[in-house]
Formats: sequence, C-alpha cells, structure tokens
Amino acid sequence: MADSFMAQWVYTDTVKDHFMNPRNLWKDGEAFDPDGVGEVGSLACGDQMRVGIKVSDGRISDLRWLTYGCASAIASTSMMSEMAIGMTLEEAYHLTPSMITDALGGLPEHKFHCSVLGDKALRAAIDDYLQRNGMENPYKGTTAKIICECKGVTDHMIEDLVKSGKVRTFEDLQRETGAATGCGKCRERLLEEINECLHIYGL
Amino acid sequence: MERYVYLDNNGTTRMADEVISFIHGYDGLYGNASSMHTLGRQAAAGIEWARKEIALLIDGDEDGVIFTSGATESNNTVFSIFRDRIDSGSERKRIIISSVEHPASIETAKYLGKMGYDVSFCPVDSIGRLRLDELERMVDDSVALVSVMTGNNETGTIQPVKEAAAIAHRCGAYFHTDATQAIGKIAVSVKDIDADYLSLSGHKFYGPKGIGVLYARPGVPVSPFVHGGHQEKGLRAGTYNNQAIYGLGKAAELARTGLEEEHRRLWQMREALRKGIEESIPDVIVNGSNDERLCLPGTLNVSFPSAEGESILLYLDLEGIEVSTGSACATGSLEPSYVLLASGLDVELAHGSIRFSFGRYNTMEDVAYVLEKLPPIISRVRAMSTRKV
Repeated sequence: MADSFMAQWVYTDTVKDHFMNPRNLWKDGEAFDPDGVGEVGSLACGDQMRVGIKVSDGRISDLRWLTYGCASAIASTSMMSEMAIGMTLEEAYHLTPSMITDALGGLPEHKFHCSVLGDKALRAAIDDYLQRNGMENPYKGTTAKIICECKGVTDHMIEDLVKSGKVRTFEDLQRETGAATGCGKCRERLLEEINECLHIYGL
Repeated sequence: MERYVYLDNNGTTRMADEVISFIHGYDGLYGNASSMHTLGRQAAAGIEWARKEIALLIDGDEDGVIFTSGATESNNTVFSIFRDRIDSGSERKRIIISSVEHPASIETAKYLGKMGYDVSFCPVDSIGRLRLDELERMVDDSVALVSVMTGNNETGTIQPVKEAAAIAHRCGAYFHTDATQAIGKIAVSVKDIDADYLSLSGHKFYGPKGIGVLYARPGVPVSPFVHGGHQEKGLRAGTYNNQAIYGLGKAAELARTGLEEEHRRLWQMREALRKGIEESIPDVIVNGSNDERLCLPGTLNVSFPSAEGESILLYLDLEGIEVSTGSACATGSLEPSYVLLASGLDVELAHGSIRFSFGRYNTMEDVAYVLEKLPPIISRVRAMSTRKV
C-alpha cells in the first residue's frame, strides 16, 4: 500500500545531484590561490558563503567555494560555480538568483534566499578582485544589493515598495518583507535605505 | 540502502502492531456511538473501555476524559475555556505559559495576545527547564491559567510540573500540562502533579493519528471549543471516531503495562548514542540534560558547530536514517528552534541541531548504524563549511 505513494525528494534531481556531488568545492589544504575572495551571509542567519575566483583575460578561469547552509544553499553555490567559470567578469557580475534557481530546476519559494546569497558572494569576490588590482568597478550600481541578509531584502525591493506607497516607515517595511526580523543587524541600513528612497522620490 | 532507521519518534510513532490488529478486530463496528440501537451501543461500549484505559494511564477519573482530535485541539480547548471566562467578566485575566511550549500552545497563546488578552511567557534555564523562581515572581491573583508541558519535544527536558502546579494553585489559578511527549516514556499522574487539565495525543505513543484527549479534572471550568452535537457531554462535538479511539485505548494499555522496561531500554539507546557521538565526533554540544531524572528517555538533541542541520538531516536521510533538526531551513521560516534559543543556545548552534528520538521499534543495532554513518557526514558537511571547527 505504502509503495503506491511515490515520495519525491525535497528538491529537484539537479539540486540533489549538486548536494551529493558538489562541484568546485574549496577543499581543505588545496593549493588554490584566489585573485579575489567574497564572503556573504552569517552563521546566525543559517547561511554563509565564501567564493574565491581566479581571473585571466577578464574571465573567471576558476572558482572555489565554501558554504555553511542547507541543501539548497550548497546546491546553489555549486551550480553557481559551474555557471560562473568561463564567464566574463561582466557576465558573472550580472548572474542573477533566478538564473541559478532555473538551472537547478527551481527551488521552493522559501528557499529562494539561499540562491540570492550565491550570486552575491560571487559579486563580492569580483569586487575584491577589482579592488586588489586598483581597478574601477564598472558594474557597481547596475545590480540590486541585499540589505537584509536574513530575509533577502534588496535595495531595489525597498525602492519599489516606497515608490508604490506601501512603505513609509521601518515598521511598514517589516510588515511587507519581514526585513530585520532575523538577526536584526541590518536595521540601521534599512532605515538609511528607506530614508534615501523617501528623499529621492520627494515623499 | 543498507538499513532503515527511524529516529523521529518524538515527531510521530509507528502504530504498534498490537494496536493495528486490535483496531482491525473492530472493523465492522461502524455504528454511531451516540445511537441507541445495538450497533451504536456496542460502539459506545468500546469508547467507554478506551476512556477507562486513558484514566488508568494518567491516574485520573474517567469522567474527566474528553476525546479530541489530538493534543493541538486539546491545548486550543484549554485556552478557549479561559478565553470564554475572561470574556464573561472573570477577574482573573492573565495566562502564563512556559517559553518552550509546543507550537500548539505557543501559537495559540500568541494569537490570544494579538487579540488583546494578557499572555506572558515564563523563561527557562540553560537545559530548557522552567524557572520556578521566575514563575513565582510572575504569578498573582490576576492569573487565570498556568500551562507548562510535562516534557519537551525538542530537548526531552522534563519540567517541574508538580512545583509549577503548586505555584499556580497557591495564587488560585488553574494548571494545565501538555503531556504529549511524556506519555509512554515516563509515568504521568494527574493526581501526583495535581494538574487540572492535561493534553495528550495517540500518535506519540504508538496509537493512531488524529485522536487525543483533553483531561479536565471533574469540577474545573469547561466549555466546548468545537460546537455541534452533544458528544462528550456537550464538550466536544463530532461523531466518534470509533476505531481511532479503540486504538488509543489499546496504546494506553501498552504504555501503562510496559513503562519501566521501555524507559530503561530507551535511555540505554539514548546514552549509547550520546557517548558514541561524543567519542567519535569532535566539538559536539548536547542540548538539554544528561540526567535521567531530567530528560525523557528516548530524546537526544545535539548541536554540531560549523555544520547546518538541514544538510545533516538530508545526508542522513540518504543513508536511511530519519531525524529532525532545529535549523531554520527545516522549519519553513528563517528562525531556528525557539526552544533552543529560549534555553540560551547560540543561534548558530540552534541551526546546527539534530534531534534523535528513539522509540519502541529501535534497537542497539540502530545506534551502531548511526554511529557508523554520522561521523563521516559531519566531517563532510564541516569540510564544506565557511567556518572551521
């Protein structure tokens, strides 16, 4: 009787594959000398990622990563690493969470946050590479930035909510997005962001 | 898959073989137990037998046993009774519960708080045990109800319910205990605790799901939460679920008769696993207490620093081992276990917590299998982690 119910795994087969066989993992003691390193998230939030990149001829030639997090966070970082290797820095900088989740065959809605951190860590590594080499960052400001890591709330989201009139105060933002209800350390930055948007749009 | 090891018995249990065959013995007894005809009266006799078994199990009066759909409904009913009393103008308007109650109580209490009722949460110590000094400080003659669980589902920590009941009664409040996790693991007596209300669920001690009990000591305030027909003296409407109630009665009988031996066996497996983990895996933290008098015998809650709980759970699952975690990722929210946080555990350690809960069908071979599979999984997850231990 029980055999007649087919249990699906928690995530897609692609997620399972990357979870069981993570690609480009930064192995302990491995001789990998990165040109740039980025780290985002926190252990308190339950997700933290570190990405190291090698860059040659303006392309990501190699990448290693470490992730503290759930299966979808591990799979997202693993998938991100496969996608990013070979990309130009510009392409890699514009890798979006939905590109990663699409490649994984989708993630449950409440797990979207995990993939958000993957591409953010990659961008942080590129930022670090550019800074180390004293290069201008031509991509900065062209992508959304996460302010509340725990709830995956970005500057673009805040901007849209303020513009649409749904958010005027910090409390409004918390109600709409749950921002700063995790570790809470983003509170100040959220306030700044709200005030900046209110200012920009003359509200 | 080499072996299948179910270690999530605090989540739910497999129905005992004795319960299944007992239920099937009454497959044809479909009569409505409220009916006057023969089939109805036979069905009702089975229900009264089960009521007696429940009363024996918890050392209470048959008259106090109200069948419900489970402890969630039982807990909701208790809060509803006191909500009714407050709405009717009672002078006692405050409700106090422990900060580590099951969501069936915590969320109900929070909901009441949102609706404007005066609800407070009594803190616990570092093993998750109720702070009696705090409770003492919190109570006064405006308190209507104090609710403290008998044993915690996540850590297994046994609560000082007898002392808490005495504090509640001294200030004239009623006392409720959610004994869902304790039943079938330790002896629970409503008389010894001096509890006015007690909740339990059949599926936590090898009975069917969807059936449970609210015990309301004869004479305490009662009012229905589910309105409708006159079943259970008008206190819980809805046609009797005959077979589930018979199964619950059988599970109660099994729990009552084999308790001491089962307690010894569960504690032996729990301790073998704890010692094995501590010997084979560096940097582990056991949450709750290792004192047999303070911990439900089958529960072991361990945090693995630098390793996240959902990953551990899923790697274990791929090896056929089923456990649960306090990690946020597994709860569907972004917050890890509030029970562990209330006990003062670091957020990261709550994310990395795994609960192993033993039951009737586990053996020492299961412990050996977990001790073979778990250490390499923890090493693997830690090797992937941004934080090194």
